[in-house]
Amino acid sequence: MARITASVFTSHVPAIGAALDMGKTHEPYWQPLFKGYEYSRQWMKDNTPDVIFLVFNDHATAFSLDMIPTFAIGTAASYLPADEGWGARPVPVVLGHLELAAHIAQSVIQQDFDLTIVNRMDVDHGLTVPLSLMCGQPPESNFKWPCPVIPFAVNVVQYPVPSGQRCLNLGKAIRKAIESYDEDLNVHIWGTGGMSHQLQGARAGLINKEFDAAFMDTMINDPERQAAVPHIDYVREAGSESIELVMWLIARGAMDDLNDGDKPVVKHRFYHVPASNTAVGHLILENN
Amino acid sequence: MSLNKNYLDVPGTTIFDADESRKGYHLNQFCMSLMKHENRARFKADQRAYVDEWPMTEAQKQAVLDVDLNRAISLGGNIYFLAKLGATHGKSFQQMAGSMTGMTELEYRDMMVGGGRSVEGNRVVGEDGSAQAHQQPQGSASKLGVV
Repeated sequence: MARITASVFTSHVPAIGAALDMGKTHEPYWQPLFKGYEYSRQWMKDNTPDVIFLVFNDHATAFSLDMIPTFAIGTAASYLPADEGWGARPVPVVLGHLELAAHIAQSVIQQDFDLTIVNRMDVDHGLTVPLSLMCGQPPESNFKWPCPVIPFAVNVVQYPVPSGQRCLNLGKAIRKAIESYDEDLNVHIWGTGGMSHQLQGARAGLINKEFDAAFMDTMINDPERQAAVPHIDYVREAGSESIELVMWLIARGAMDDLNDGDKPVVKHRFYHVPASNTAVGHLILENN
Repeated sequence: MSLNKNYLDVPGTTIFDADESRKGYHLNQFCMSLMKHENRARFKADQRAYVDEWPMTEAQKQAVLDVDLNRAISLGGNIYFLAKLGATHGKSFQQMAGSMTGMTELEYRDMMVGGGRSVEGNRVVGEDGSAQAHQQPQGSASKLGVV
């Protein structure tokens, strides 16, 4: 049986990808941030999963205003890193997991979540920056990510975006789907985006460390309460783009304690301001 | 019956909802076209001719030509789409965000390194924080002729 052993949460700021790609990680501006992921890269080596189920949002890259799916699951064999206007990031092609992705799509739709099924999609920094942060830059001699990835894109660009409660419930459904897969696979589920940031208007640059710390505390210890927080609280307190944090609740909903099991163990917690316009938050939770 | 839009009183903030999306459809789709290298080259060679290929309003076209992101957002643009315009001009997200505040690039960068903009006074229209209408522009960019 496939099982979810851990969840990873991280911001996915594009400037982090640019800093990695241009060899700036040891500059004083970036050094503290990448130091916060040293533990995580070792943890990934020691706990490499068979598959990563990666929740992210597309930033007007694969999905323009022609089509805006609320929840989209990638069921393709592979996904190319996207050209977001600066040229594509020089990172490996992302390989999918055809059988597990198809299984999850079928199961989650049968649990009343209307997923959009995507068989062709370029993936932007929302997906590739978390992979880079957790896995480092793959060497030229072995230019690939450590395992297959199932991309799961959530609309947080055009309002209304899904509620925290719906995201948490979706996580539970994804867990049921994974646990009903016969092959013995070790699966990680990642929730990405956030933390506090606003990229627009006279309020650009908003950061709220207290909000971010409280979000992490509550998401870990009382996820049902965090799921009840309405969108407007994120927007008002932590900036319009902090709404990406609802995606963390999808990964959180898939953990044991929300599915009749024990509380997860916090293996790593990190927070840093700034990366470009954004507060960077990061957590690793393991199921017992 | 009216829709529930409880997000209209956040200062300096436009929530990109279905109405904004309707207003900005062609503007945002124009931005998407700049994800292709050949389109970026064609746009840069003759910006006016390129924007005239799109059924945008004249005000939207002018906001594009002026790279006035605040104006573009007020006309239905969304930052994730407008980022493609900024990228075409070689701008980072930080440079784009900073350009909407009236600060110079250095002033904005210093604010972020110092922990970012405080939420105090910036939660609701009518308070006295740095993002409120009566505090604009915030920095010295306009004095220096940068914007």
